[in-house]
Amino acid sequence: MRLSTPARLTLRTIAIAYLAVLVVLPIATVLTKALGPGLASFWASITTPAAISALNLTLLILAIVVPLNVILGTVAALALVRGRFRGKAVIQTLLDLPFAVSPVVVGVALISLWGASGWFGALAGAGVKIVFAVPGMVLATAFVTVPFVVRELEPVLRELGDDQEQAAATLGATPWQTFWRITLPSIRWGLLYGTLLTISRGLGEYGAVLLVSSNLPGVSQTLTLLVHHRYVDAANAYGAYTAATLLMGLSLVTLLATALLERSRRTA
Amino acid sequence: MITVTGATKTYGAFRALDDVTLDIPAGSLTALLGPSGSGKSTLLRALAGLETLDAGRVTIKGIDVTAEPPQRRGIGFVFQHYAAFKHLTVRENVAFGLAIRKKPKPQTDARVAELLELVGLAGLAGRFPDQLSGGQRQRMALARALAIEPSVLLLDEPFGALDAHVRADLRAWLRRLHDEVHVTTVLVTHDQEEALEVADRVAVLNHGRLEQVDEPLAVYDRPANAFVMGFVGSVARLGGALVRPHRIALRRPEESSGVASSVRSTASASVGSASTSSPSTSSGAGTGTAEFGEASVTVDATVDRIARLGSETVVELLDADGVRFVARLNRADSERLGLARGERVSASAPLDPATADFGDYVI
Repeated sequence: MRLSTPARLTLRTIAIAYLAVLVVLPIATVLTKALGPGLASFWASITTPAAISALNLTLLILAIVVPLNVILGTVAALALVRGRFRGKAVIQTLLDLPFAVSPVVVGVALISLWGASGWFGALAGAGVKIVFAVPGMVLATAFVTVPFVVRELEPVLRELGDDQEQAAATLGATPWQTFWRITLPSIRWGLLYGTLLTISRGLGEYGAVLLVSSNLPGVSQTLTLLVHHRYVDAANAYGAYTAATLLMGLSLVTLLATALLERSRRTA
Repeated sequence: MITVTGATKTYGAFRALDDVTLDIPAGSLTALLGPSGSGKSTLLRALAGLETLDAGRVTIKGIDVTAEPPQRRGIGFVFQHYAAFKHLTVRENVAFGLAIRKKPKPQTDARVAELLELVGLAGLAGRFPDQLSGGQRQRMALARALAIEPSVLLLDEPFGALDAHVRADLRAWLRRLHDEVHVTTVLVTHDQEEALEVADRVAVLNHGRLEQVDEPLAVYDRPANAFVMGFVGSVARLGGALVRPHRIALRRPEESSGVASSVRSTASASVGSASTSSPSTSSGAGTGTAEFGEASVTVDATVDRIARLGSETVVELLDADGVRFVARLNRADSERLGLARGERVSASAPLDPATADFGDYVI
């Protein structure tokens, strides 16, 4: 399709304006409001005990969820691509559920399962706290990030085929050796993308985590919860902006890592 | 060396292997030949342990390996699409089996260098597979399979994905390699020319059954049944009998008494038995006895199409019943005869008693 020059320019302007209003302007205002009063006060605001606790909790949850979902996601992708078993279609659909269902639903579901009056409520009675504690927040984050590694790896594994693995077997490699020496190196890019997506999504999760957290500043708040708490409950708009900037900074690091990977992969 | 006894494998309702029993002698290069779906690849993969049999046994060097995984069969396997380890260099690919066996590095390096020399990739050791041509990749795969000094080398249509020229080169190269290395080799192919050229024994499979095992020329000259005759070499149906197209002689009816104007086709032109056979006077098919005591068959036919392929000429003909068949003439003969489309000719060929009753086979 060929467009006349004015039409092309008009379309471009609309697209850029849309992006600016939707993405650039909000981020820019947050940044100016967070950094406007100066770096010293910005630093003070993100190093309060509540902020440090929130950062630590966010990183802790990621440190549990990311390895869990990377390992189980790899196993699931291998099973879905290579395995032959009943109920594959059901599992495929279940894996898309976290994409389709609102995180709030996930939170409610977790409470109904693990809460005092839930199916596993006896655990709560016995003093094992799942919901309104860190384990619940881990479960919620794991739930919403479960599809990323699987969905990244599936096409890669399918494209790879099992020729190389069979060749390794005929050369004497055990299944375990074949996985480490052949399969894993062949899917490493897909695995890294899946991991980065899991991190980004995990960092930003709010709704599901909010419901299963006791939401106490300095105790059970992640960065997303801290942003909300400061803005709404503590009427501390500036603190919300600085915490949001910190959160953005973390996301930016993963985004940059993705971009760097993309580049080194193309030149490799 | 390798014995297969009663090998049977089914996929649902499909019988991939149907009670196959086969002996493969030590040091031989055996071709498993058959059309797609004949079970030849399944049989090879069963030898490798990449496929499990529903019934039957496989022994290698006298040891029953039926229940052994591929890792413990002492085999080298070469795949049609190379199965190169894409993230490893040529050197690392070839060294893979030795690395798994934890061989000392100097020993591995020496062995890899020797093999790369053997397959002509000595200068490309540091490259990655996607920097190689298809032929080079397959030679790398061969070196990789040979590195672990397998007692058996299994090749699954190794040249199938290559273009015709490279394929012909690699075939001749494989034959020379086998003469040098002497490892018992089984080659799967659907290409009868490849089987006859490379192998010293040919096993013909069809619908999961073993049809015939013999030396290449014997399979061609004395096919066990109509399928083998039709699959190994081309055939023409002449008056209800199956004959080789190059054995068909064509002549013009009005010149049928003149020996000089009749032309025997390529390969056996010097034998001259058919050209001296008594001319048939009937309009349909007729059989007669040649001067040398060879039975022959003669039919009247119409030239439908002539394809000049350079060294030989392929003439498509229709007999009185409209059945199409092909005769292959050498160039000199076809030029002397000067046939044109639509011309009526009489076609005759000697009848081989061994294959004369294959006529009711549907090509």
